[in-house]
Formats: sequence, structure tokens, C-alpha cells
Amino acid sequence: MKNIRNFCIIAHIDHGKSTLADRLLEFTQTVSERDMKAQLLDNMDLERERGITIKSHAIQMNYIKDGQEYILNLIDTPGHVDFSYEVSRSIAACEGALLIVDASQGVEAQTISNLYMALGHDLEIIPVLNKIDLPGAMPEEMADQVIELLGCEREDIILASGKEGIGIKEILDAIVERVPAPTGDPEAPLQAMIFDSQFNSYRGVEVIFRVLNGTIRQGDKVKFLATGKEYEADEIGTLKITQTPKKEIKAGDVGYLISGIKVAKEVKVGDTITHRERPATKPIKGFEEVKPMVFAGIYPVETTDYEELRFSMEKLQLNDASLVWEPETSAALGFGFRCGFLGMLHMEIVQERLEREFDMTVITTVPSVQFHAYLKDGERAIVNAPSELPEPNYVDRIEEPFIKAQIISKSEYVGSIMTLCMDKRGLLKNQVYLTSDRVELTFDMPLSEMVFDFFDKLKTISRGYASLDYELLGFRESTMVKLDIMLNGEKVDALSAIVHRDKAYEWGKRLCEKLKELLPRQQFEIAIQAAIGTKVIARETVKALRKNVLAKCYGGDISRKRKLLEKQKKGKKRMRQVGNVEIPQEAFMAVLKLD
Amino acid sequence: MAGIYLHIPFCRQACFYCDFHFSTNLKPKQDLLQAIHQEARMQQHYLQGEPVETIYFGGGTPSLLEAGETGALLQHLRELFEVKEGAEITLEANPDDLTPEKLEALRKVGVNRLSIGIQTFAQPVLQGLNRAHSAAQAHACVPLARAAGFDNISIDLMYGLPGQTAEVWQQDLDLALALRPEHISAYCLTIEPKTAFGKWTERGKLQPPGEEVGEEHYLMLTQALLRAGYEHYEVSNFCLPGYHSHHNTSYWLQKKYLGLGPGAHSYNLESRQYNIRNNGLYIKKLQAGVLPQEGEELNRQDHINEYLMTGLRTSWGIDLQYLKNQWQHDLLQQNKRYLQEMQARGQARLENNHLMLTEEGRLLADEITARLFIV
Repeated sequence: MKNIRNFCIIAHIDHGKSTLADRLLEFTQTVSERDMKAQLLDNMDLERERGITIKSHAIQMNYIKDGQEYILNLIDTPGHVDFSYEVSRSIAACEGALLIVDASQGVEAQTISNLYMALGHDLEIIPVLNKIDLPGAMPEEMADQVIELLGCEREDIILASGKEGIGIKEILDAIVERVPAPTGDPEAPLQAMIFDSQFNSYRGVEVIFRVLNGTIRQGDKVKFLATGKEYEADEIGTLKITQTPKKEIKAGDVGYLISGIKVAKEVKVGDTITHRERPATKPIKGFEEVKPMVFAGIYPVETTDYEELRFSMEKLQLNDASLVWEPETSAALGFGFRCGFLGMLHMEIVQERLEREFDMTVITTVPSVQFHAYLKDGERAIVNAPSELPEPNYVDRIEEPFIKAQIISKSEYVGSIMTLCMDKRGLLKNQVYLTSDRVELTFDMPLSEMVFDFFDKLKTISRGYASLDYELLGFRESTMVKLDIMLNGEKVDALSAIVHRDKAYEWGKRLCEKLKELLPRQQFEIAIQAAIGTKVIARETVKALRKNVLAKCYGGDISRKRKLLEKQKKGKKRMRQVGNVEIPQEAFMAVLKLD
Repeated sequence: MAGIYLHIPFCRQACFYCDFHFSTNLKPKQDLLQAIHQEARMQQHYLQGEPVETIYFGGGTPSLLEAGETGALLQHLRELFEVKEGAEITLEANPDDLTPEKLEALRKVGVNRLSIGIQTFAQPVLQGLNRAHSAAQAHACVPLARAAGFDNISIDLMYGLPGQTAEVWQQDLDLALALRPEHISAYCLTIEPKTAFGKWTERGKLQPPGEEVGEEHYLMLTQALLRAGYEHYEVSNFCLPGYHSHHNTSYWLQKKYLGLGPGAHSYNLESRQYNIRNNGLYIKKLQAGVLPQEGEELNRQDHINEYLMTGLRTSWGIDLQYLKNQWQHDLLQQNKRYLQEMQARGQARLENNHLMLTEEGRLLADEITARLFIV
């Protein structure tokens, strides 16, 4: 055990985590340069394209120092706030962390929150200034920031460049020297923490765990404490570039378990694996059920594809345990699913994976958060969709989730960030100058305001400098109203939204204007109305189509023209109908792009 | 009953709006005519012996042919096919080609109907289209044709043109009606991508008149022509009673036709063939004894859709019983609500088990057709 080192990497997106990790794998000859696909750890296509790690992974390296062979377990962490619980479990599986800071960009909000999490778990932090080869690098200044943040010595900071391979040996040596070896009793009852899982369509769910106490052996009867489910350890092993089966994995080490689990939901990150016969008395601390934060309806573009969509969603859920859904019916969209996501990025990923992996194009409705409606009879209604909001006369009050948002930015953008956050109903709670030109702002904000375009806007007004992290604070009372959209007097349920009363008018007006752009003209006039209850607060009109006929239709035109009109008909068939008004699918997404 | 179409793919100059197949290189004219003769021979049995009621020289500019060349083609067709006595033989002509001598010669070789591309009588608008003829020629051609003995004359007009105000268009209509042609085809300008107008529009150099201009001109057109006693029998076609274009009507009434020449289409009630749109390749293939064509078989859906598409453009409308009998398609049943709404809005009417569009509805013929299509 004294030769094992478990560590993770804390870094902001684009600060070079993946490239640096690749160099570590190369240097330790875990992977030969020839086999090396750039950024090996990110093996989903989507991750590679977005340049961020969506799901965490782990990999084992062997490193010889002073004649001693060490086992280094690199535990990768996702880099987006949607997945912060998974980050916390990865951190809990380590004794040390590399803190990677871009030598030209400096420390970002996400880095800080993860760093605090790591410090909270008593991890040994090894600060690394990366990309020092770049012309814009300011290692001195950035080192000052790191020293201020960690209270470390200047010589503790390693200067590195993943791209150029600078500082790689120093990092490996530091991991061996500074990260403490794991502790734990290999003879004690088994306690292994699940910190990740991945789905393999042939072998089922592969559980990735860290053994804290005891030893797990191949063939053991094991039990997951939170779910209470029991399995047999068909295969255990360590994760090299490929899986390497082992007879046993002892306290302190990291490994994988295959036991024929078919559904990702049964494997909960943070759960404790123990033996059925000699169970541990207590689970490992810190287990939480992951709760969805953002909800939206997902519908097939073609109504006939509903069953296929259900099949795809089921498949998707096999390896995305945080995706939850249940069937939902919309008058406008037909049969679909109400889905819960960890955050907006997670929602986008699900949408993209449906498209790429299952070739399913979907309509996503207005994303919403969960509201709590307290009724006059004292009951509480959980509202995950606008249609679930009880009629106003039954409602005593509505509460919405608030978050604590931490934003770090260059000080010159503070003014515009404040304006943006105030506009999003944020309350400034704290303002701290990290250095002379880096400020950390803390706001209490309704989550619903962040659901749409907050992050994009923040990036825009700060020229990409501001970074954001948030955590849930709890539910607070707000004056929310349900805003409906009507087309020729008929309500389009899929366009309804729950919005703050003060913003309802603006919202309604902009949505009507947007719909006017997106609704094709038909043979009659279309009235677009936004209403709260029966009160219409905004209106636009789409004029009737007056002329749509080609001048010529002779022998040589017939075939071409028929094909053209057939195409138009197919386009019309893809649209959804409310009353006699046809709505193109873009209209349902319009709400997402209201500016 | 069947028709033959001959495509004469040559023009003196390219009109800015036109995307029909033509070339301004007249050198291969003789080779091309020989190729058409060859194609006619090879397609002798296409119409399966049905008598030919109409022959139509379209283009391009068929009036570029010498009357003798036109006559030779007609003669050859009479040898190969059973051309009926008194068949309608139309030639599309540009006003600038119609000299008294030419007109007389055309009559002699058997042409009995002219379709003259006047487009507009306004000199600046003509120039804006890059037409080869002048306003004066536009005025003169019909009386000249009459003098040569033509008693079945159609003229083409265009509206919604750049620079053609409502006033100009009204004047065009008045001048056209004063000539009292038996038939008038009036086309709203369509900007086609591969034309000069198309390219200029794309680059922002041309801002074509909007939809509302086309609509206004259309209403002026129908009003003026109906008042003058013309029948509006197809979206773009009007005639004095009894003077429908028999040839063009056959396209809309599901009749057989044989197309000769590059770009021409043929239809035998089951399949459609289209010739290559390239003069050089057309000639080469036929010289090698190969038909330069591709084709498509029409299935039930294609037949129904084509019937809807062409029928809704005409005043005869859609025969609902025919759809039921021939294609087992109950149009009324399948579009009940939509058809009721259209009748309520005055866009369509049902009469004697026929569905037809009103004047207002015909302006939306494509929209309505697409909705009634089966896909």
C-alpha cells in the first residue's frame, strides 16, 4: 500500500488537463506514443469535440523512482459544474490533487470550488502552472495568485507544458514524494466507494471503485449498501489502457468490477461496496442521490417515432444514470418524455447523444426548474412542468430553487456582470478582490434565471474571462406566474413557461415577436397571444399567405414541380398542429434564443 | 389522342429571366435538326399509333427556324405518325422574327396557331428583360399575323416585372386586349436561380418586386380579361370561348405526349422520359443511334399528386369520382376539415363532384396542392 498514490487533476476547461494527462501516460509508458490518440482520457466523441471531460475515468500507471516501483492511480474528474457531485466523489477517492492553472489565464471559479472541495477532503495539493511555453504566459504573476490561494511556497509550484512535455518528470516525482500513501486495513470488512461507472454493451455496467478498507477478490459475493442489491464479482481488475483482470484488489487501490449489472441506475456514484457475508457496519460518508436541476420535455419530431425514442432513451439511460424521465403528453406535441437533467450542459449532451448515437432528432421544450407550489389546503405540489402548476386560486405561494453563484472575473468587467446578475434577479452577497485585478463576486440567484442563456451572456460581456460556479441554496418564495401562448385562441401547452411576474410582460412580448418570425404564413391570419390566465399581455399577427403559385406547369415542368411540392408537403407534415395552425419545430426551441 | 412537342433550343440572345433550355450558339442548328429527325424516327411507336391532334414548336425560339425547316419537320412527323386532319399546329415566335414573308411561309407549311412572346409593350421594361424585340414590333406583330391569315393567335404577357408599375401593367393589358388575340398566357415573373435575374437577386443587385405586386397584378389581370370575355381556364392561361390551347391542355388532362429535342419530356400515361438538356450531347447520342433520355415510372402516389397538381390549376378542377375509380383515393374524406375551411374562406368550391379553386384560391394553388398531396 505504501507504494500506491491516488491523485486527481483539478483544472478549468481549456487549461490543458487532458494534454498533460496524456504526457503522464506516455512518460510512464502506460501507453506508447505510437498508440497515443491525442487526449486519451476523453474517449467519447462528444467529449473530444467539446474538449471537456464529461464522465470521469480512472487509469493506472507504473512509475519507478529511486529503484522503487510505484502504482499511480489517476482519477479523472469532469470539468463542468453540472457534474459537481461526481467531482466530489472522485476527489474523495484520492489523497492528492494536481492543481493545474493556465500560466496565462490564472485561477478560475470552477478551479477554486473544486480546490476547496479537495482541501475539504485533506488532499495534498501539487500546484502546476501549465502552458508556460506560450508567449502570453505570465508565470510570475500566476505563481503569486497560486501562492495567495494555497499559502504554499514558490518552489512548490511546478512549471510545465503538456504540449512541449516540460515538467512531466517533476510532476511524477512530486506525486510520489508529496502525495501521502493511502491508509486503510486490508483485513477489515470491505468498504469500497463507487466513484464512476461506465456502460459496456457486452459486459454490462463496469463499476469503478476505490477500496478504503478490506480486500475484494474475484468471485466474492458483494452488496451495494445504498441500493441493497447483491452481486457476484465475476471479474475485478485494474484499469490500464485496457482492463487488466486481477485476483484481488486491496485497501488503498483503485479497480473495476463487472458483475453483469444491466442498468446504470443500479450503480450510484458514492455508494459503498461491501461483502455480503462480512459486511462493513457503516457506509462511506458523503453518498447523495443525484437530483435533476433542469427539466424539459423531449418529443420525437415525427410523432410516429415515439416508440423508437423511448427505446433510445432507455439505451441512453444505461450509461447515464443521472438522466431521469417519465412519459408526458402534450396537446401540441403528442407523446414524449419529461426529462430531468443535472444542468443545461447535461441537457445539451443528452440531446446531442440522441442525435448522434441513435439518429433521433427531437424537439426540446422550454427548460424549467422544479417549483414548489404550496396550496391553500397546506399541501405541497412539486412542479416540474408548467402544466403541473395548479390554478392560481388554489395556490398560496410558490417557491423556486435559489443558487449561490460564484463568479470570478477581471475587475474591469465587474460593472457589466453586476448588471447582468441584477437583471437575472440576483442579489449580490459578496465581493472579494483575489488580486488587484481579479474579483470574486457571490450572488444569490434563482436557478430558473440561469437556465437559459446566463452562461453565454456572462462569457460575452466578460470577453470570455468570467468563470462561474454554483451550488444549490434551497427554495425561496417568488411571485411566479404561468405564461401561456395562444395561436388563434388555442393554447400551445408546449410553449407555456413559469416566469417571474415582473418579467412576464417582456417575456411574452419577445416570445410573440419571435414566433411571428418563425411561423410560416398560412391561408389565413394567425393571432399569436401571450396570456397570464385569461389576461392577454402581448399580441402579434402573422398575415395570411396571399400568393403561392408557380407561373408555368407544362410538360417539362410537371415532374420537377411535383417533387418540389412533395418536399413542401413533407415539411408541413413535420410540423405540429394546434387547432389549424402549423408550428415548425424551431418555434418550440425559440424560447431558448429570445434575444 | 396525343400531342407532339418539339423543343427548338436556340435563341438570339438570353433573356434575363429565362431558365428554359436554350443556346445562343446557332452553329449546330443543322446537326440538331437532323438529330430531331432521327429522334422522331426512333420514337415512332412511342404514341402506340394514337392519332396526333396537336403539334407544338416550343423553345428557345422556334421562329429562328426557316419556314422550310419547320415544314420539313412537320412533313416528317406526318410520315411517321397519324397526324389528324386539322390538328392544332402551334409555333412559338418572337415579334422580331415575324415578317410578312415569314408569316406567309409558316402558314404554307401548315402552322395554324402562333404563340407570340410579346411579354410587355413598354420599351424600358422590354430592355430590362433583355428581349430581342422592340415595343414597336410588339405592337405590329399581331396585325401582321392576322394579315397573313392566322386566326388563332396567342400572346404571352409577363407581370410583376422590375420597373413595371401598376400603370404600365394596366396599359399592357389594354394594349393586349385591343389586339383581341384568341388566347393570352400571362406569367408572373419567377426569379430562377440560374438566370441573370437569379444571380443579381442573390448578390443584392436586383430587388425583384414583392409578392404583393404579383398579387395586385394578378387581380388586375383576371379582372380585365374576364370583363373582356376571356375564360380563365388555367392559372396563367386565358382564351376566348373555344380557343383553349389544345396542346397545353393535354398536359393537364392526362394525355400522352411525345417530346422531341434537347430537354423535352415525354409521357405515355405510365412513365415519363426526359431528354438531356445539352445540345452537343443530344446530337452526339442521336448520331450514335441512342435515345438521349432518362425516365421515371409513375406510381399511384405520383399519378394522384400530378393529377391534383395540374387539375387544381385549371377551371375544370379535380374529378373526385375519377380519383376514386381510377386510384381508390377519397380526396374529400381525407381532407374534410381543410376543404370545408377553404370553402368557407371562398378559396375553393365543390360542384358536380368536382373540386375547383376560386380566382382567389388559384393564387394559392401550390400551397393548397401541397396540402392535398399524399406522401
